[in-house]
Parts: sequence; structure tokens; C-alpha cells
Amino acid sequence: MYKNHSEKVQKIISGILDLKEHTKDLLSSIEKNSDLNAFNSISKDVVEKAASVAEKIKSGKHGKLAGMTVAVKDVISVKNEPLTCSSEILKNFKPLYDATVVEKLLEEDAIIIGKTNCDEFAMGSSNENSAFGPVLNPVNKNRVPGGSSGGSAVAVAAGLCDASLGTDTGGSIRQPAAFVGIYGLKPTYGLVSRFGLTAYASSFDSIGPFANNLDDLSAILEVISGEDKKDSTSSGKKFTRESLENLDASKLKIGYPKEFFGKGIQSEVKENFLKVIQKLKSAGIEISEVSLPHNEYSIAAYYILTTAEASSNLARYDGVRYGVRDLNSTELKEMYEQTRSIGFGKEVKRRIMLGTYVLSSGYYDAYYKKAQKVRRLIKNDFDNVFDNFDLILSPTTPTTAFKLGEKTNDPLQMYLADVYTTSANLAGIPGLNIPIGFDNDNLPIGMQLMSNQFCEDKIISFAKILENEMNLS
Amino acid sequence: MHEIYEPVIGLEVHAQLSTKTKIFCACSTKFGNPPNTNVCPVCLGHPGVLPVLNKKVVEYSIKMGLAVDAKINSHSVFARKNYFYPDLPKGYQISQFELPICENGKIDITSQDGSIKSIGIKRIHMEEDAGKLIHERDNETFIDANRCGVPLIEIVTEPDLRSPKEAYDYLTNLKLILTYLDICDVNMEEGSLRCDANISIRKKGDKKLYTRTEIKNLNSFRNVEKALEFEFNRQIDLIENGEDIVQQTLLWNADLNEATPMRGKEEAHDYRYFPEPDLVPAKISNDRIDEIEKSLPELPSLKFERFIKNYSLSKYDAEILISSIELADYFEKVCKTTNEFKSASNWMISEVLKYLNEHKLDITQFPISPEHLGKLINLIKDGTISGKIGKDVFEFMFNSDEDPEKIVNEKGLLQISDLSELEVMIDSIIAKHPKDAEDYRNGNKKVIGFFVGQVMRETNGKANPQLVNKLLTEKLSRSI
Ligand SMILES: [Zn+2]
Repeated sequence: MYKNHSEKVQKIISGILDLKEHTKDLLSSIEKNSDLNAFNSISKDVVEKAASVAEKIKSGKHGKLAGMTVAVKDVISVKNEPLTCSSEILKNFKPLYDATVVEKLLEEDAIIIGKTNCDEFAMGSSNENSAFGPVLNPVNKNRVPGGSSGGSAVAVAAGLCDASLGTDTGGSIRQPAAFVGIYGLKPTYGLVSRFGLTAYASSFDSIGPFANNLDDLSAILEVISGEDKKDSTSSGKKFTRESLENLDASKLKIGYPKEFFGKGIQSEVKENFLKVIQKLKSAGIEISEVSLPHNEYSIAAYYILTTAEASSNLARYDGVRYGVRDLNSTELKEMYEQTRSIGFGKEVKRRIMLGTYVLSSGYYDAYYKKAQKVRRLIKNDFDNVFDNFDLILSPTTPTTAFKLGEKTNDPLQMYLADVYTTSANLAGIPGLNIPIGFDNDNLPIGMQLMSNQFCEDKIISFAKILENEMNLS
Repeated sequence: MHEIYEPVIGLEVHAQLSTKTKIFCACSTKFGNPPNTNVCPVCLGHPGVLPVLNKKVVEYSIKMGLAVDAKINSHSVFARKNYFYPDLPKGYQISQFELPICENGKIDITSQDGSIKSIGIKRIHMEEDAGKLIHERDNETFIDANRCGVPLIEIVTEPDLRSPKEAYDYLTNLKLILTYLDICDVNMEEGSLRCDANISIRKKGDKKLYTRTEIKNLNSFRNVEKALEFEFNRQIDLIENGEDIVQQTLLWNADLNEATPMRGKEEAHDYRYFPEPDLVPAKISNDRIDEIEKSLPELPSLKFERFIKNYSLSKYDAEILISSIELADYFEKVCKTTNEFKSASNWMISEVLKYLNEHKLDITQFPISPEHLGKLINLIKDGTISGKIGKDVFEFMFNSDEDPEKIVNEKGLLQISDLSELEVMIDSIIAKHPKDAEDYRNGNKKVIGFFVGQVMRETNGKANPQLVNKLLTEKLSRSI
């Protein structure tokens, strides 16, 4: 119907596409595909909003994302729309304010179509940890879509919206993007405001876009990035599409980490990846092996630090002020215990307990402090590589989408699904999933492009070469 | 028996900073607003909100640090203190743990023997206040979140205090510094100043301390002193009776004058401190510190020294006059008009403060300008009016702050020092009271008071008292 958002706007202007009708169709399409379970809620007045944006487009006074239908992961605040975090404990909660990213999308006339299902409080790698049931992979409904931003990835992959926002704490954008075969970018920590993002692990969480093309992805990133006075960790830096124009991506130096091809990697993932490397080499791209020696500790450091932060971030859900409360309790302590026992799912409880443990007196130095040191080492590894290279190329995930239920009883196996992605969050650098092919079961394979902090322009420019010239996707 | 022990005391004072807005959001800090009206998603801990540090809080904290000669850390880190309580919306308090904003300061107090003793300030850190629980009826508890996020500094001493009196004196000086810096309302009743005390005992000369206890719920400086006395004695009694001191937190009950242990459950906390990931460290440049240092007022201890030196005041007078910046300023303005410093100090302490107390005013609301008070003092000094008339003029000035000279002239209050006028008057008075005059000559010298009274009555108190005395003595001894 249209290959990207600019084309959509052109079609609206020329009258070929009626935004209001098109949006209505989209809503019925969401309805028809409800078995995918991608959405937790649909926004009020979507059609009216579409009509008013259509007017704006006609009048020529419209924002950069006018008419783009965007789904928002249900851990990001949209004023007066439910914010459940896919958790029982917030199933009745509606926020009083818009997240900064939502404010920015609305300013540019995007249409927030609804809130997408995800792992509870963004904790998970398969979207099976949602209080509202798992999301199915549209490529193969027996497979997981990845997590935690499964709903956002699926909504785009299944054509239920133009683009979506997800959040990535350890791979939660890139991994589901890889599993469903679309683009998904985790930006540099601090490039996009976190204000309004329900915190899982504050020093890791990043909001980023999913799209099925790079133009839309960069358009969204341009809008949502930039300084936010409401977020003290906001860097003040902004991504602009202009920066892509002056960049000759064919001159960029690419490295691929040798540590990423050990045991646990699916052979087709490895083969496809090496094929891409070959193609790049023969296209004259400078590409060679690099080393990230501390990557093997990334999962351990990641789970210590993120659970520590999570145990504190999730303390506010106590039934006292908002959300669900256990009404049978007669004492304060009992009320806390019952509310949180009933309100949180298994994985969330597991991480709260782990995090509480690693912060406890007597264990803090052995776990939290040590993991912080490892985090620094992992950052140093990247710094060393980026001294000589512009981009790091790696598989996004060791395997393609696994079966529903396959890993739910084995949390450690589940955690390893993020083995290539957590290090970017530990180092605060950006990472983009690029679809590069399919395995023997026709499941999408993803490749990850990482760069130094705030070099999203390099990532996107290079991805464009792959998109246009290498004919990968 | 008690004399062989000494207490080792440390204090933790929480001072609410008098910024207009809260520490991490733009809500008002105004005290006394209806419950839950000074709130927003940030201070209510709603999902997704983030704290943004109020720069005034940093400035005020640095002021306090500089005022107590502390080291200001150029890089200061916030930390989360985790615990569950309904008055704590996020389930953690944003505070500081490692790298507080100030460390290693001191506040001087005067010991019982008059020497100066420095009380070490271990640290000063910034943090947010919690809300307030309101317990009503049988089983209902309400939460007022207005106080959530009101900025606090916690000022922690070294265990340098050796008596409850020293604790009291330290608090008095601390309060004075906060007042001078104008960074805290120092109102213990409204909770803008709160104090917890740690106390342990040891035998004098020993290094070894017995187990320490903590006392909370101290709502006045006097109660701090009383509670420490109570606890000092209680600990001694335990040791003397061969019992153990239990490490615990006690709550002071001001009505019963006793401290009772807090329930065990409430105090067993592992706060799981870790660096606050939502805030970047507060970075403070030397330039900023210099700038703030320049803005500091003259501190109470320096003013005290200067008053004694420049105005030749007693320690007692100086201490009273520096008890607020405004009072001290008023005094200094009076001293610009008159050189009678001692007399100015007397007027301030006896008359001015008396008036302010009676009318529940502070010095900024005092109706008489310092220039006029200075002039009045000069009028008395040069004999234009008597001291007694001076008090009358002072009272006139309450109602209309006019130039005392003008009042004296208009109301005809000039002192009568005219010899002939007084002589005629005294002759006639003596003539009217021959019996009393005879009493005097027979040796009852006290009768002279009666004659002075008569003269003063006749002159409406305007007669120069020295002159009247002199004349009466002469004439009564002579006349037959
Ligand atoms: Zn607020």
C-alpha cells in the first residue's frame, strides 16, 4: 500500500489514501488478529484523531509524523490510557500524564493507536510473562515473538500499525525484532528521554522504535530523541536525519566479535551471518574480526545489576496509593505481602528477590559492586574496539524464535537468549536489529549493528547500504 | 556513683530546607496546606516519573557546609534507601550514602568552664522527606503526601558531645547558624527541625564504650537534654546492676518524661543502599563554592567575637544581641547614632526585647527606628532629659516613631537644671513640710526621698535628679 511514511503522506495528499478509512481498516485488522494478542488496549478516539490529522495534512500544516499509526509498549505512559505494564498489579491504572516520547509523537501528529502487550514490567525474552497471556509470532504462531517488547514487534510485523515504540533493557527491542523479522533500534542510553517509561532497570532502560523500513525508523528517532529537562540522565544530544546525508557509510570500518560464535549458536544463524560478512567483504567494505573479551560475563553482570535496580523500582507497587490492593488483609505488612504476592507474576518476583539479595548488607560488595566493575570492563572492551572501528556487527540472537513454552521452566536458558544484546545496555551504546534472512523453518534471522555512543547515524547509514544494495531484507 | 561515668553522645539533625519548591519536583513546600494538595506524579511516585534535582537545595547545603567549615565534595552522589512504609511513595527515599555533599566540619560550643569546644560534623547530606500518616478513629489511617519530597539536610555529628547540656548547646548554635543562613525555618513543632540522639556510656578515662542506644521523637531542645539525662542514668543503672544494655531505638515520651523501646520489628532494617540511577552525581565547581562563600552572612560565632571587641559588651549581652541577624543589625544601627554602646545594649535587652515579647513581635516589626533609639540614648546621656523621662519618651515613640528631640520639645519634657528655679521650688517645699525637715536634721536621712518625690511631682519628673539631691542635702542641713 505504501513503502514508508513519506509515501503514505503523499498518498493522503493526493487523495489515494483516506486516512480515516485506512485507520478504521487498521482497527478491524487488529480485531481480526486478536489471537496474536499484540495489544493490551486500543486508544480512545483513534478514528476521530485520524480524521483531524487528515485535515491537518490537507491544510499543509502537519507534523513530521502526521498520520503515522504508532503502537506504544504498555510500560510507557499515555495520558488517560491504561498503563498496565502487562501486570495484574496495575491492571486498573491510568496515568495522569504523557511520557515525553508520547508528547513528542503527538506534537508531530502521529496517531497513538494503542498499548502493546509485553513481558510483565518488561522482564522477559519471550513475551510469555504477561499477565494477559503470551503474544504469538505472526511468522509462525507456535513460536514466541521474543520479548519483552513482543507486542510492539508483532504489531509492526503483522501490519497492525506503521511503527511502534518498545523498550530495551537487555535486548527487549532487538531480540523480538529479530524473531519477527523487522528493524528495531535500541538507542544510546540518554539519547531518548525515559520520562514516562515505567522503570525496570533505570541505568539500562532505553526507549526505541520498531519499523519495517529505515526511513520510518529514523524519522521516529529524530522526533523522540533530544534533551528532556524532566530526565536527569538525558544527554541533551539529538539524532537528526540530516546527519545521515554527510556520511559515506561505505568507508566505515566494521568489526565482528569472535566471542559471539561459541557454543549455543544455531548453525543457520551463524551461516547466514557469515554470508553477510562475505558479501560485505566482496563489496569492498573493510571488515575484520575483533575481540570483546569480557562479553562472557555480560549476562551475569546484567542480571545482578538490573535485578538490583528492579527490586527498588518495583517497591512502589505496594497497594497503598494506586493499582491493585489485597482487601482481605487486616494488617499493613500482610497487605504488602498479599498485594505483591497476588499482583506480581513469577518472573517479576524472581527478579525482585534476586535484586533484593544482591543489595543486602554483606552481599553488596560481592555482587553489586563487582558487577559494576564488570560493567566498566565491558564498556572498556567496546571503547577499545571503537578506537579502531566504527561499527560492530554480530548476530542479534543465538537462535531464531523458539517454541512457546519451550524455555518457560528454564530461566537460565531463557536468559541466554539475550547473550548478544545485554552488553550494549551494559555499555550504554546503541544497537539495531536488521533482518538478514530465514532459517530452514522459515523463521527470521537478525543481525545486530552496534556503534559507539551517539553514533546512530553510522548505524543507520550502514544499514541503508545493506537494505538498498545488499538486498538482504 | 554516677560521677565515674561519662556519656558519649552523637546527634543527627534533620533540617527542612526553606526552598519554595520540593527537592525533585516543582510542588510547593508550603506548610499547612490541605492534605495532598502539594503533590504531583513525581512526588507521589507514579510509574515512569523521574526526579530532577532542585539547584537551590544544593546551594543551601553548600552554605551549611561552608558555615561549619566542612569540606564540600566536588562530586556528590545520591543513593536510594530502600524500605516499605505507607508514607514513602516510591518504597525508597532518595538520600545520600557514600559521597555526601559535605564532610568533616565543626560547630563550636562553650564548655562549662568557659573554654571553646569543637563538635565535629561528620557529614551533611541531602535527602527528601517522607509524607505524614494521620491516624484517625479506630482503624483508619490517612496519608498526607504534602511533605513527600520536601528537601532535608541531615547533619550528623561525631560522637563528641559529653553531656546532655553540651547537646543542648550544640543544638542552640546549630539552630542559630541555620537561622543566619536563612535556609531553614527551625520550627520543631512544625517539624522543620528534628533531632535523633545516640548515646553510650563509659567509665571516665576508659576508651571502652558500652552498648549504644538511639533516642527518637525528640520535639524540643529541652526534650533532647532531658531524654539524654534519662538515658544516661538508665544506662548507668543497668551497668551498676550488672545488667546488659540492649542495642535499640527508644522513643521519648515528653508527657511521662521517659524513653520506651520502639517495637523490634520496626527497627530491623537493611536499607540496601545503592547509587540512585535516575540522578547524575551533583558536580560542584570551586567557582561555585567561592561564589556561595561570598554570599554568606557574617556567622554568629564571628559576630559574637566582634560585638565583644567592638562594643565592649559582656559575653552575656553579646549572646543575646546576636540571637538573630535582624536584632544584631538593629543594635549596630543604634550604635551608629550613639557611642553609648553599653547603654544601647541595656536598652535593647531590657526595654526593646521586653516590648517585643509582650507584643509577640520580632525586631523587624518593632515600631521605633534604631536612629531614634540612638538619639534617645544621647538625650539621656547629655542630660537633656532624665532616664525616667527617657522611658516616657520611649513609650511615646511606640505609637508614633518620631524624633525623640521633637517629642521632648513639644511635650516640654526638657530636664530642669535651672538652679534658681529649682532653689525657689525646694525652699517652698521645705517650708511646707517643717516636721519632715526637722526629722532629717535629727538624723533620719531617709526622709530626703520624700522631698525628692515632692520635687519630681511638682516638675512632672523633669528635674535633674542629681541637682535636686545636691540642693536638698544642702538646704535641709542648713535651714531652721
Ligand atoms: Zn511533586
